[in-house]
Amino acid sequence: MHDKVVRRRRAVLALLVALSLFLLTAYFGESAGGGLHATQRGALEVLAPIQEGANKALKPARDLFGWFGDTLDAQDERDRLQRERDQLRSEVAQLQVQNRELEQLKGLQEINTAGGLQQYAPVASRVYQRSPSTWYQTVTINKGSSDGVKVDDPVVNGQGLVGKVKSVSHGNAVVMLLTDQDFGVSALAPRRGEPGSITPIPGAGGDLLFDLVDNAEEIRTGDLVVTAGTTSQRLPSVYPRSILIGQVKRIDRGDGDLDRRIHVKPAADLLHLDIVQVLTKPDANLQADATPTAP
Amino acid sequence: MTLNGAAITRLILLGLVASILQLTAASQVSIFGVPMDLSPLIVASIGFLTGSVPGAVFGFCFGLFADTALMQTLGVTSLVLTVIGYGAGRVRELRDPAHGLAPVAVGAAATAIAALAVTLLQFLLGVEAPVSAQVVRQILMTIVINTLLALPVYALCRRVLIRFLPDDPRRRRRRAYTTGGLSPLSRA
Repeated sequence: MHDKVVRRRRAVLALLVALSLFLLTAYFGESAGGGLHATQRGALEVLAPIQEGANKALKPARDLFGWFGDTLDAQDERDRLQRERDQLRSEVAQLQVQNRELEQLKGLQEINTAGGLQQYAPVASRVYQRSPSTWYQTVTINKGSSDGVKVDDPVVNGQGLVGKVKSVSHGNAVVMLLTDQDFGVSALAPRRGEPGSITPIPGAGGDLLFDLVDNAEEIRTGDLVVTAGTTSQRLPSVYPRSILIGQVKRIDRGDGDLDRRIHVKPAADLLHLDIVQVLTKPDANLQADATPTAP
Repeated sequence: MTLNGAAITRLILLGLVASILQLTAASQVSIFGVPMDLSPLIVASIGFLTGSVPGAVFGFCFGLFADTALMQTLGVTSLVLTVIGYGAGRVRELRDPAHGLAPVAVGAAATAIAALAVTLLQFLLGVEAPVSAQVVRQILMTIVINTLLALPVYALCRRVLIRFLPDDPRRRRRRAYTTGGLSPLSRA
């Protein structure tokens, strides 16, 4: 009798482990349009309304926890802001002088600034779910293919670039954050015009790497980093040009220039995302460029 | 534990509610920059209360639900949580620890195993970006936070399943002394 119980117990364990390994192998091996992916999207469609409702209902509880954390961080934040204010005052004086010169260049740069993000047909959406895993930095939003959202569309919020759409179902989409291990974007430090690539550092929570920079010694702490956009028609980027990614917060100097590691802090607060915008026509400005202008 | 229809229904409901709470609330609360992940604690508590086979099945289903809802690689979380549920159940079956803080040790061990196993699986599946040493800090923080939360989570799971659990000797003794009809003094 005892042997039978032991055999049954081991059989159940072996079955479940084998099933998990089978799912893992099959999922890993198939394309994004495969059966398991489709099943996942279908399940997401069914679960989304429940989770969205629960998300709304539980917001007060989350805010309460957030309040405790905010209070603890408030003193550090105040000291940092005071230092920043002093620095900004001196910068404002310099900027007022430069402002007059910039007015003259404004006409030339109009093509970049006119319309702002509006030209990319932004779709506002609410974040209702977040992956707790260090390895899957994703959030789920309540807008999907029915709202024009497509895979690879850039996602931004009021602070800067948040990530890109990883997967879409009818009414929902999963957004891969900047800090996800699979994320990457060509970037630019506009102060010196140095191009490079932004990659995440898995596990470093809110730390990005500004990599593949030709003249890395030109980059300084505090430099802003923005999306480079499409620099070659052959290899179009999914991100429009000049969306703020973050700010250089630290530079680790190695033995040589090649060992230099430039750490960037994302401009968007990825731990507290609530409302984001999906840019459903990220190549709008490229299309405009390609359209022949009327004589 | 008596595994009848009512107990299984309650386990399913518990799993669904816990999954939704984890995905929509707990994971969005970060302590010291680390999002809360109560999944290993919940699965370990259920395994510890119900035994190895129900624990393994619960862990598998819980993991599959999480992988599906979050569009993650199917099988990773379910594999890890299956082992967690089975392991916690075996601890109960082999050692039957009576100490009140046993769930804390089980919860801490479950979180550590889950964090390390998921990390290992990710490396096996291939991580293309450079991994920061801070991942160790994140894992340690998760273990510390979950160790502190292990007892309340266990108590909550136990409360949900208490009708189906074998009678606690301490509870039985207390009832015998306080129930008037069973006391020899009341006959006088």
